[in-house]
Amino acid sequence: MSALHPLRVLDVEAVRAEFPILTRETQPGVRLIYLDSAATSQKPLSVIQAISDFYQHSNANIHRGVHRLAEEATAAYEGARGSVAHFIGAPSPASIVFTRNATESINLVAQTWGRARLMAGDLVILTEMEHHANLVPWLMLAAERGIRLAFVKVDSAGRLDLESYRKLLEQAPRLVSFTHMSNVLGTITPAAEMIAQAHRAGALVLVDAAQSVPHFPVNVTDLQADFLVFSAHKMCGPTGVGVLYGRTGLLESMPPYQGGGDMIKRVRLDGFVPNDSPYKFEAGTPAIAEAIGLGAAIEFLEGLGMQALQQHDQELVAYAMERLEEIPGLHHFGPPAAEKGGVVSFSLDGAHPHDVAQILDSQGIAVRAGHHCAMPIHEKFGLPATTRASFYLYNTLEEIDRLVDGLYKVKQLFA
Amino acid sequence: MDDLYREQIIDRYKNPRMKGALDPHDFSYEDDNPLCGDRIRIDLRVDQAGVVTQAAFSGTGCAISQASADLLVESIIGRSLTDVKALSKEDILGMLGIELGPVRLKCALLSLKVLKAGVYGIEALESELA
Repeated sequence: MSALHPLRVLDVEAVRAEFPILTRETQPGVRLIYLDSAATSQKPLSVIQAISDFYQHSNANIHRGVHRLAEEATAAYEGARGSVAHFIGAPSPASIVFTRNATESINLVAQTWGRARLMAGDLVILTEMEHHANLVPWLMLAAERGIRLAFVKVDSAGRLDLESYRKLLEQAPRLVSFTHMSNVLGTITPAAEMIAQAHRAGALVLVDAAQSVPHFPVNVTDLQADFLVFSAHKMCGPTGVGVLYGRTGLLESMPPYQGGGDMIKRVRLDGFVPNDSPYKFEAGTPAIAEAIGLGAAIEFLEGLGMQALQQHDQELVAYAMERLEEIPGLHHFGPPAAEKGGVVSFSLDGAHPHDVAQILDSQGIAVRAGHHCAMPIHEKFGLPATTRASFYLYNTLEEIDRLVDGLYKVKQLFA
Repeated sequence: MDDLYREQIIDRYKNPRMKGALDPHDFSYEDDNPLCGDRIRIDLRVDQAGVVTQAAFSGTGCAISQASADLLVESIIGRSLTDVKALSKEDILGMLGIELGPVRLKCALLSLKVLKAGVYGIEALESELA
């Protein structure tokens, strides 16, 4: 990979041809420029086809049936679990729990491990730049259990203040839960180092990898993460399925999550025996087709190579920041391109983010405006909202030029 | 010019006619849309007959929220509180002259929400005092 010129790491035109939605127009004559992949990515044909094939040929419920279709469905679903485990370097498919999304994965940990292990006064360390998904479940547990929450500071460049982290670790935390890549600032956090420090302090670690797993190679064994969570829909897969990775031994020691079918070994009218993990965390019929779609997404991403995706991302974000900096009155937030994933959040003097996004939309450019489910970090930077452009494997430098042209149009309108 | 951002909206956003505060006032109410940080406060003076004699708004936010507040506040001067209570979403969209999706609709309707909450608040207060 490294021998290739960065421009050639991905054959972007060939990649784009795999995404049917990219050829559509948002209004007559205006082709879509999709710069909102941090919210959700688009889906390649192979993923759409895998879901459609499942419903056309193998649809059945899993695990309990003994007929042919049930066996095919079970094999495909469990095959997807194996693909996920391999993709993130997990030692075994048994360490992969399918959930609805990264949000549910964090809630699962808070509601099972958290409720069983945390008592009033116990400390959980988060950071100031977490997505609401990694704040609210802990705020709920704090309200219910009286656990304490403390937050690693974020500096003005959008980096975690590791000195404040080290100080917090001296207070004997039980858990550290932090984002691997900020969905607002794009900051990639030094996860391996932070995990090692947390372990030395006796804490477990949950990594919110919703933005990182889609964009660069993530290996849970190298990281030594205890829990790691992500969503299929941000990595070319379908909505409705997400992943909780749990370290071997840890999942087994946790109480079940929701009750119902498939999560039990035996049920009597006066009690039940839970199933082994990961099944004891998957009550009811899961998102079977979606998990299979996630398997297809992983196959697609592995075919291109996560290193190549990362380089492509880097090239896009570096170019985007260079071009955006040319625009007078534009302020972007977060660290330099080399420390970021493919996300740029910015403000434009005189124009509210909603107006910016709406005017860009009239030119076919899809960006996000708002607080991106991270109100506290916006408050810290003194902004109610920002405009965010986020990039993925199908984006091109030309699309960034169109974004910049669009922003000049916004300026012209609001000057 | 984009259809959505008719000249009137941009003009009202940049040069609002009704922006300011009334002191004293008979009524003042404020609310925000935490999703985007739009904030609107409306001050009114109302005569004995329940007719709005003066009105002003203050706030920050997107062009749609601020322009709709400016247009709304201007439109209610000389009208009765009963008329104000009858104002609807369609009236606001009519004044703006555009169609909006669900997210931007909240921006456009924030000023109406503030105005109505305030007016109903006045009436509750008056009935309590009566």
